[in-house]
Amino acid sequence: MTTRQTDTVAAARSDARAQAVSVAATATKSMPYVPAATSPNIPPDVSPDALTWAETVPPAAYTHRVVARGTRIRLEDPTGDACAHLFLLRTDAPYERLNVADTLKIPWQAYLGPGHPLLSGDGRVLATLAADTSRHHDAFCGTTSDAWNIAKYGDARPEGPTPSGQSLLTLAAAKHGLTLRDLGPTLSFFQGVRVAEDGALRWQGSAGPGTSVDLVAELPLTVLVANVPHPLDPRPGYTVGPLRIHAWRSTPTGPGDESFTASPERTRAYLNTLDDWESRS
Amino acid sequence: MTILDWSGSLAPGAVVRDDRVAPRAAWSAVVPAGHVLTIVDVGGNQSADCLLFDAADPAERYSAPDTLGWSGDAYVRTGTVLRSNHGNPLMTVVGNEVDRQDTIGGACSKESNTLRYGHHAAADHACRENFLSEGAKWGLGARDLVSNLNWFMNVPVEADGSLGIVDGLSAPGKRVAVRADRDVLVVVSNCPQMNNPCNAFDPTPLRMIVTVVGAAPETAQEDL
Repeated sequence: MTTRQTDTVAAARSDARAQAVSVAATATKSMPYVPAATSPNIPPDVSPDALTWAETVPPAAYTHRVVARGTRIRLEDPTGDACAHLFLLRTDAPYERLNVADTLKIPWQAYLGPGHPLLSGDGRVLATLAADTSRHHDAFCGTTSDAWNIAKYGDARPEGPTPSGQSLLTLAAAKHGLTLRDLGPTLSFFQGVRVAEDGALRWQGSAGPGTSVDLVAELPLTVLVANVPHPLDPRPGYTVGPLRIHAWRSTPTGPGDESFTASPERTRAYLNTLDDWESRS
Repeated sequence: MTILDWSGSLAPGAVVRDDRVAPRAAWSAVVPAGHVLTIVDVGGNQSADCLLFDAADPAERYSAPDTLGWSGDAYVRTGTVLRSNHGNPLMTVVGNEVDRQDTIGGACSKESNTLRYGHHAAADHACRENFLSEGAKWGLGARDLVSNLNWFMNVPVEADGSLGIVDGLSAPGKRVAVRADRDVLVVVSNCPQMNNPCNAFDPTPLRMIVTVVGAAPETAQEDL
């Protein structure tokens, strides 16, 4: 039974307005900070004036954002239990989107680390993994399906206690007019997987609390993120921690950057990106 | 000289479909639930790039990550269940004459060829072209292309994460057989890539045989 007074419009409005300043409601600090400069967790190397996005994604939740080319996005795992399932689409042409196979094949490397380009299927770089203090990531297993979470936890609904990554990414995509057909294989950050000699996929877990990755948007991006347990997480419970996000205006990768010239394949990927962007701009 | 071994079905039962796929060409068909598709690597080490769709609802489609996550294996082998983006079985590998099959390496494209081999390779024909043109026959487009299977292609992952397409493990006449666990649209690109060993630098034909046990053939057998 509620003790709140909401029996008239004036009373209901007063009750609603009290929520925004309620200490109890905001105590988790897992929410978007608007404006971004009001974030309580601004990284020391970032000017608050440059921030364009600050949010703490709670466990079992998702977020989504359109960011401009040149935006630098930092994902932080303060507890060591976050797992950021990421999908990227080009905002001005969403049929160009993250292609995990090309993201591994072109750099000849399956394990994501500093400098790794996240490629579209169109021969261009969507984002560069510009910094990475975790190096525990996975490009094989994608996110969790409803069938997986029902088998493991008994429930996968987005409003339930153990939502699947796919149920959340489907909602994130829908906020941009996109459907299941627009989603492909995802990358997951902060919970690693390694391939054993016999081919077995071995869950590596996290690198511990306090790691982060920086992604530089090389094109205008629609960023979809679900923060849910990795499918191979062997822990029986639905274990996931909060995910911090800060993004700020920065510069896209250019010819003077190490990533640009890290390999001939990558150089051509950045050249293709610049070629297309300058043609449209 | 190229040796061609047209072999035969890897599964028992009546043949309801038997097609030859020319080098560099595409192929597609609905394989009804319970039917088995045998793919014959006629010339040896010819990558058959392959996508699967639920024939009734193509938004449910093959998912490499779901397949790998459920199997816990980086490679596709006998017994691997080929799962959809909902985690549901689409097909199951019921026969396989190659140690391991790939679903990590993805398809070649004109666009990625420019990264891998230089901009002159943009003119080459590619699997993405085959997927787009064959998929268009079924109302599918760029949004429907995801990480695919590569039958007869070899993509090892080394201890440090190094990965790449290397010489194949197959040979003329080797086969893989996949059973449809529901009505599945299968789209195949007979890989035309000439810049890496995914088809031993020599595109050769594929043979696609659909069989069914204990039921009358649903379509006439096509002439070889």
